[in-house]
Amino acid sequence: MNAREREQYLREYSILKNQGKPFLYSVAKDSVMACITLGVIILMAVLFGAELGPKADPTTTTYTPRPEWYFFFLFELLRVVKPPSLVFLATVGIPTICLVLLLLLPFFDRGPERNPLRRPIAVTAGIATIAAMAYLTVLGALAGAPSEIELATAPQFERGKEVTASAGCLACHKIGENGGTLGPSLTHIGDRLGRDAIARTLVNPTPPMPSYQAYRTQNPKQFNELVNYVASLKGEN
Amino acid sequence: MRLPAPPRPRFLRPAPPRPGRNGANGRNAAPETQKPTAKDTAVEGAASAIGWLDERTGATPFVRYMLYRKVPKGVNWFYTLGSATLFAFLSQAVTGVFLAMYYEPDPTRAYESASRITNEVFLGELVRGMHRWGATVMIVLIFLHMGRTFFFGAYKYPRELNWVIGVVLLVLTLAMGLTGYLLPFDQRSFWATVVAVNINASGPIVGPYLADFLRAGAEFGPTTIARFYALHMLAIPGLIAALIGAHLYLVVKLGVTAPPWLKAEKKDLLREEI
Ligand code: HEC
Ligand code: HEM
Repeated sequence: MNAREREQYLREYSILKNQGKPFLYSVAKDSVMACITLGVIILMAVLFGAELGPKADPTTTTYTPRPEWYFFFLFELLRVVKPPSLVFLATVGIPTICLVLLLLLPFFDRGPERNPLRRPIAVTAGIATIAAMAYLTVLGALAGAPSEIELATAPQFERGKEVTASAGCLACHKIGENGGTLGPSLTHIGDRLGRDAIARTLVNPTPPMPSYQAYRTQNPKQFNELVNYVASLKGEN
Repeated sequence: MRLPAPPRPRFLRPAPPRPGRNGANGRNAAPETQKPTAKDTAVEGAASAIGWLDERTGATPFVRYMLYRKVPKGVNWFYTLGSATLFAFLSQAVTGVFLAMYYEPDPTRAYESASRITNEVFLGELVRGMHRWGATVMIVLIFLHMGRTFFFGAYKYPRELNWVIGVVLLVLTLAMGLTGYLLPFDQRSFWATVVAVNINASGPIVGPYLADFLRAGAEFGPTTIARFYALHMLAIPGLIAALIGAHLYLVVKLGVTAPPWLKAEKKDLLREEI
């Protein structure tokens, strides 16, 4: 907007403003909206309550690292970026860039036009962003809570399978048909990594995967069964 | 002191006197002799109370300006999303104060106090539920409000700064969600927070420092929860409240945008020019 357009806008705005009604009239609408807001909050509180899971225990790993739904889009972003060297792009890179772009929006989108029908680029970009975030949120919601592994297993690994299922790996990894897609699929991990490499990964993982160091020191037997089971996950065997 | 009457919307104006009644024409009618009714006394009392306040604070011109400033024609329900966000924030503040009366930010007692709030305290589960779902509602509203200002082009001249303040408010609101999630200290919230902080730690340059700051050390320790609590109930909401103040100051000063499809008529523009 150049100086003339700015002045034009201010003049036009002051006319439209003078033709409007006092703020007092908007207060009525705002109050109705406030009542609806409070009503929805109370309704949700009554319907869904305030759930409280088992107490946090830093030593066990039978947990589901699932954020609040409004962080799903950030969490799921990790899924799109696979190579480890690029993980920081997904964890902080892309969100930071998007945030800076959002913050500076008024300074690069400076055209005088305000009507959405005549701002095709801005509106398309806005809708694309909303669609992307909605898509990632839905993906996150569908990943579901980790619980069990349906993949068939040789009997000597049954124990390890149970341990793995309850250790929370499925929150981020797919094993067979179950699990989330945040981390790489583990269905055929045995083809690529041996026992020791998997144990090393568990003790010293790349973020955001949590470390299972404490788990190993406290439950060495389960840890071994888990590693054996994961190492046994091979393609056709 | 008698204040000049403010310009009132039509339905608030007193009805004109009926013809033929006492004092109808104002001029040659006999002066009123009736005793003041209860209503008159009440009105008089209210006016003098307001006068008392005004004499000492000078607040009336300000309040009058706030209430009677014009809002452009054509504003619609989408314009209520901002104040609804504000209302959700206030609801969070109130329910949060009640939760703070029972909550203990200590790793050995946090979970127990949360469970006491949920199961024992009178209406505790309702208040906790309202705080929890209020967070969701506020996030939804803030995104809708941001969408409204985006599609209406309200971030353009002269309201650029208000958009910038808004984005900071959005980030702070998400930070509230993050810091609050840890506090009940159940498995879900604990491990989700561990992962979130690890994600922070993977950031370049400031990432590890930020993560250490949040955790109060290299690992989740006994003081982590107190730190999250202080951020969640003092630092961030204080900042949010201050920034909302600035945001609303700018809204009042600049006025809300007219809907973008409305244009001033040519003849009005011309008249303005003369
Ligand atoms: C918070 C999510 C999360 C959880 C929980 C998690 N992981 Fe991971 N894991 C990841 C991510 C993300 C990667 C990819 C890291 C990288 O790119 O280096 C990964 C990588 C791995 C790898 C290396 C894969 C490869 O292709 O190199 C193995 C093996 C692994 N995880 C096993 C496990 C096991 C076993 C568990 C459960 C005990 C588990 N993970 C729990 C997120 C997670
Ligand atoms: C705590 C959160 C927020 C509160 C309480 C809040 C409150 C308000 C209120 C009450 C208004 C008056 C007009 C209206 O309601 O539409 C407003 C206007 C505005 N807000 Fe917000 N807001 C918040 C967050 C945001 C965010 C996240 C953005 C965008 C990034 C934003 C950008 C704007 C802009 C540009 C205006 C001017 C709109 C106009 O003049 O038409 N606000 N805000």
